[in-house]
Amino acid sequence: MYNLIGAGLIVIGAGIGLGQIGGKAMEGIARQPEATGKIQTAMIIIAALLEGLAFGALFLGK
Amino acid sequence: MKIAQKSIKFILIVALALFTSVNYAVISDQNHGNQNDGGRVNTKEEVEAYILHHIKDSHDFSLFSYTSDEGERKHIGFPLPVIIWTSEGLVTFMSSEFHHNDDGHVIVEKNGLKFAKIHSKIYELNKEASEVTFDETHHATNAHKVLDFSITKSVVGVLFIGFLLLFWFSRLAKQYKTQKIPTGFARVLEPLVLYVRDEIAKPNIGEKHYRRFTGYLLTVFFFIWTLNLSGLTPLGFNVTGQLAVTGCLAIFTLVIYSVSGTKGYWMHMIWMPGVPVLIRPVLAIIELAGALLIKPFSLLVRLFANISAGHIVVMSLIAIMFTLKESLGVVGATGLSLVLSFFITLIEVLVAFLQAYIFTMLSALFIGMAVEDHAEHH
Repeated sequence: MYNLIGAGLIVIGAGIGLGQIGGKAMEGIARQPEATGKIQTAMIIIAALLEGLAFGALFLGK
Repeated sequence: MKIAQKSIKFILIVALALFTSVNYAVISDQNHGNQNDGGRVNTKEEVEAYILHHIKDSHDFSLFSYTSDEGERKHIGFPLPVIIWTSEGLVTFMSSEFHHNDDGHVIVEKNGLKFAKIHSKIYELNKEASEVTFDETHHATNAHKVLDFSITKSVVGVLFIGFLLLFWFSRLAKQYKTQKIPTGFARVLEPLVLYVRDEIAKPNIGEKHYRRFTGYLLTVFFFIWTLNLSGLTPLGFNVTGQLAVTGCLAIFTLVIYSVSGTKGYWMHMIWMPGVPVLIRPVLAIIELAGALLIKPFSLLVRLFANISAGHIVVMSLIAIMFTLKESLGVVGATGLSLVLSFFITLIEVLVAFLQAYIFTMLSALFIGMAVEDHAEHH
């Protein structure tokens, strides 16, 4: 029961985080379209780190 | 001409994706070599058991199975060798001797020892026991696990992809000796190699050191990518969804960046300069845990969870055609599951690339942190 609530919290947190990353990256690209490549790379790395954390927590809480 | 080529390409992609989904469906309809062997997959519990069985590694390579008109279960596939290290030494036999049984009812006798297969694991029975007994939590009480070096389905996948990559890339390398531009399939591989070198290795590791590590990064990238893609074919490999495989890859990265770490890197980790002395041990604990545990653990879990989750989603969507048969009708349920699994398979093709890219990228990043020169700071 509690681990299910925990899993839900993890997913909510990860969702907020991913939204922030994606949104800010979009803003950055809109401001400086010539830096698209660099912003995308950084975005993917941070998203991957966040995802790793979320999966790790889900995995441990399973 | 160009338009024709484009539409042919489109048709081919659609056909391939449909073929994949339909084949999955055939497999999930018929291949159910599990404890409820003989029945079709109809209820939610059966679907769940089937999917969990698929996610796990297995001792025989079964392509599909069906129930014949006489009610007999037929398995199409081939057996794989079982190699186990027991108390009496090495024992080998073919997995076909278990007759696709997975709940410990078929006992194989070899060298005076008795073996049973329970949930894809080989158990050695105690000396006096003649059949496996279970306690109420379904754990075997009179049998124990053995060291298993079998050529399982995942091992077949790794070997197959390994030889395929060896063949492709040795041909690519050979072609540079006689000509400037590679021909044939090697022309597809060349830009990918350059992409990994110029977009992943060079910016993350730096001009000075990237050459040493490009080989490893290329190997990891193509290994993970092709294995991920092979998981989407009807062969049903789930190699990169095995903790052992991803754990091994993560340990490779860990060893490489730990061994090639400069003195500055380790000094910054163990005895951080420019920080009050009292805080240094605390920082050292955090930094060491981060470098030696959390980094490889996140690499391991990310790949495993993504690929396993992808397989579970694809198979669950295919299972719609069985679970929603009553409420939507056969045509409705089949159509819904075909549409959904078609698009999710396309997304999985993207995920297959993305996960390989991220694993390689993060490995390059960690290596880059370890080998960069710290001298210019402070």
